[in-house]
Amino acid sequence: MSRPEPAQAQDATRHHAPHLSPTRVLDLDPLLDDPKTRIVVCCGSGGVGKTTTAAALGLRAAERGRKVVVLTIDPARRLAQSMGIDSLDNTPRRVKGVEGDGELHAMMLDMKRTFDEIVEAHADGERAAAILGNPFYQSLSAGFAGTQEYMAMEKLGQLRAKDEWDLIVVDTPPSRSALDFLDAPKRLGSFLDGKLIRVLLAPAKMGGRAGMKFLNVGMSMMTGALGKLLGGQLLKDVQTFVAAMDSMFGGFRTRADATYKLLQAPGTAFLVVAAPERDALREAAYFVERLAAEDMPLAGLVLNRVHGSGADRLSAERALAAAENLEEPRIVDQEDGKAGLRNSPDTYESSESAASEAPAPDAGSPAATDPERTAATDGPKSVTPHVERSVDQLTAGLLRLHAERMRLLSREQRTRDRFTALHPEVAVAEVAALPGDVHDLAGLRDIGDRLAAHRPELPDTAVDA
Amino acid sequence: MSRLQVVSGKGGTGKTTVAAALALALATEGKRTLLVEVEGRQGIAQLFETEALPYEERKIAVAPGGGEVYALAIDPELALLDYLQMFYKMGGAGRALKKLGAIDFATTIAPGLRDVLLTGKACEAVRRKDKAGRFVYDYVVMDAPPTGRITRFLNVNDEVAGLARIGPIHNQAQAVMRVLKSSETAVHLVTLLEEMPVQETADGIAELRSARLPVGRVIVNMVRPEVLDAADLELVRSVPRAAVAKSLSSAGLGGARRGGNAERLVSPLLTQADEYAERHTLEHEQRAVLQELELPVHELPLLAEGMDLAGLYELAGGLREQGLT
Repeated sequence: MSRPEPAQAQDATRHHAPHLSPTRVLDLDPLLDDPKTRIVVCCGSGGVGKTTTAAALGLRAAERGRKVVVLTIDPARRLAQSMGIDSLDNTPRRVKGVEGDGELHAMMLDMKRTFDEIVEAHADGERAAAILGNPFYQSLSAGFAGTQEYMAMEKLGQLRAKDEWDLIVVDTPPSRSALDFLDAPKRLGSFLDGKLIRVLLAPAKMGGRAGMKFLNVGMSMMTGALGKLLGGQLLKDVQTFVAAMDSMFGGFRTRADATYKLLQAPGTAFLVVAAPERDALREAAYFVERLAAEDMPLAGLVLNRVHGSGADRLSAERALAAAENLEEPRIVDQEDGKAGLRNSPDTYESSESAASEAPAPDAGSPAATDPERTAATDGPKSVTPHVERSVDQLTAGLLRLHAERMRLLSREQRTRDRFTALHPEVAVAEVAALPGDVHDLAGLRDIGDRLAAHRPELPDTAVDA
Repeated sequence: MSRLQVVSGKGGTGKTTVAAALALALATEGKRTLLVEVEGRQGIAQLFETEALPYEERKIAVAPGGGEVYALAIDPELALLDYLQMFYKMGGAGRALKKLGAIDFATTIAPGLRDVLLTGKACEAVRRKDKAGRFVYDYVVMDAPPTGRITRFLNVNDEVAGLARIGPIHNQAQAVMRVLKSSETAVHLVTLLEEMPVQETADGIAELRSARLPVGRVIVNMVRPEVLDAADLELVRSVPRAAVAKSLSSAGLGGARRGGNAERLVSPLLTQADEYAERHTLEHEQRAVLQELELPVHELPLLAEGMDLAGLYELAGGLREQGLT
């Protein structure tokens, strides 16, 4: 087990810091405004608000005058609806209600459609029909995990090639590792350069000719093994598919390579999205390292759902002590109670005995549960203790709530500090947590504002309690 | 109680944590469970504070009452070679295939096969028996892909069985589907009390049901404690600020006068209460949505100190108390 003492000691000093303040602040507006920025890629682990961030950035850039398309991979229905589009599809749709001169378009990647379009665009009619009808192709294109990554790359390449938009904001697929799409061109390359494709193609190419005997023994053994494993008919489907795709594969690779280079180019900015939680930030650190290894330009980290408190000078410990103080059963004669409590927190233990002697006589009576009615019937003087009792109870609740918030704050601070210690070079934009979900453009705009504000918006209160 | 427990959930809901807690809970009283990871993230190792798991079943925890939790991070490539050897005595061919790039092809370029291997390996562990004919593992708990992909992931063998209409892969795929679609399997969904995860849970359940996959339970994770009750929330709307200031002051937090320390706490504290109230209402609505799913719903608390090994045992205890085992 780790020793908690040093961490707590640090926390005590941190409670006096206003809120999380990163070493380097990521300023998003200049990035979005820069005409040289053409692609923004949002990556991060699942559930950190990646798609929402992409949509909010897209909207903000559009309202600052740019013509933007947001490519989402698998948006929640609500997010699509928040852009006023009931069902996003494979074609960019203009989002209505965008303020200013810019434009926002949104689309959702349709893997099968994208794949089909490539086939239709690059093969003649007969060959295209053969591929589209191949059972192996149909399963592959319908979205086995992994196809998504290739198609996301393909679609991004297409959008960029059209040069119709000033800025493309891309959300990345929710794959096991959200950077798998970076591997897509390499995997395709190693497959195309590999021997496997030749083995798969061998019978189809040799078919009919006397070539079979030139096929070396090793290869025929391989096809034999594959046949045995896959079943003859599936092997045939795969072979026909590979043969039909053969001429197109080269094009695939050229385009995937081009997109990969595009991602490394200065017009691209990667944003790693995370929440101030251990797992999410661990993944974020992995992305940062991976992007550096691939020479991909990282703009910074977007840290969503950061909590703040307007009363962050009141520590969790003091808030809890005060809450306990208030929750001790009080007696009707409040002068005594107060006298005991004023000297808190050191003396509140001594007041316990006094409290236990006083059984709070009215606690169970109907009057105590209905202070308003009591107030109406009795004189104010005798009622005051009841009312005060419930205000004290509420105040104790408020203090406990605050203690919980402060604990959350210091936990978030710790996780974030761990990340910053590992990657001090990464600029961070913090987004204050919202109590609810996003339902409309106004909600997305609000997130955009929070993204661009350099730190969580908080009531400007400095409390030296 | 189904012997294969599949745990899915939207990203960020803590499905790895819940899967691990469930494996611990099921291991209590001398049982042996296997916790299986399929996404190569090494989340289990991080949770149990051990080094990265190899492709090997390894004991990682002891449960109260002498039970044991084993863990396995399935590596699709090694699983494929394993398979070739185990079922087809094709170890040599496997190595040759690896050289050819066929293994890489099977596990990455044609990732459907990867899912076949992952589900296949888990089902193999479910069915495995020792020499005495007893099951090696009483339960297998799978930390599965997220809700958005779970139906496709579990159903991949159906698709493969349709593609490869004969041959060993066909037979293998069908054998896996027989386990996955039977009462031997239960698919649990982890969610948070927030709109998007709850919506995704509802959608995921509909998909699982239409694919005739057995849906188990809904587990609401990271439930925040109730700090303010209904009466408090009622009062917070009408309470005079001065009264709160006075109360704070009486608790020793400074002066209640305007500008005093206690008085300056009132605004931020009431703001936090408003946020709490808003969230409380949302959570209430989401609970109602979950009730409509007509599935057993369980709740696990948010651990104030963050997730660690002790917290995992605490959650496992919670699952047992709620009769999940």
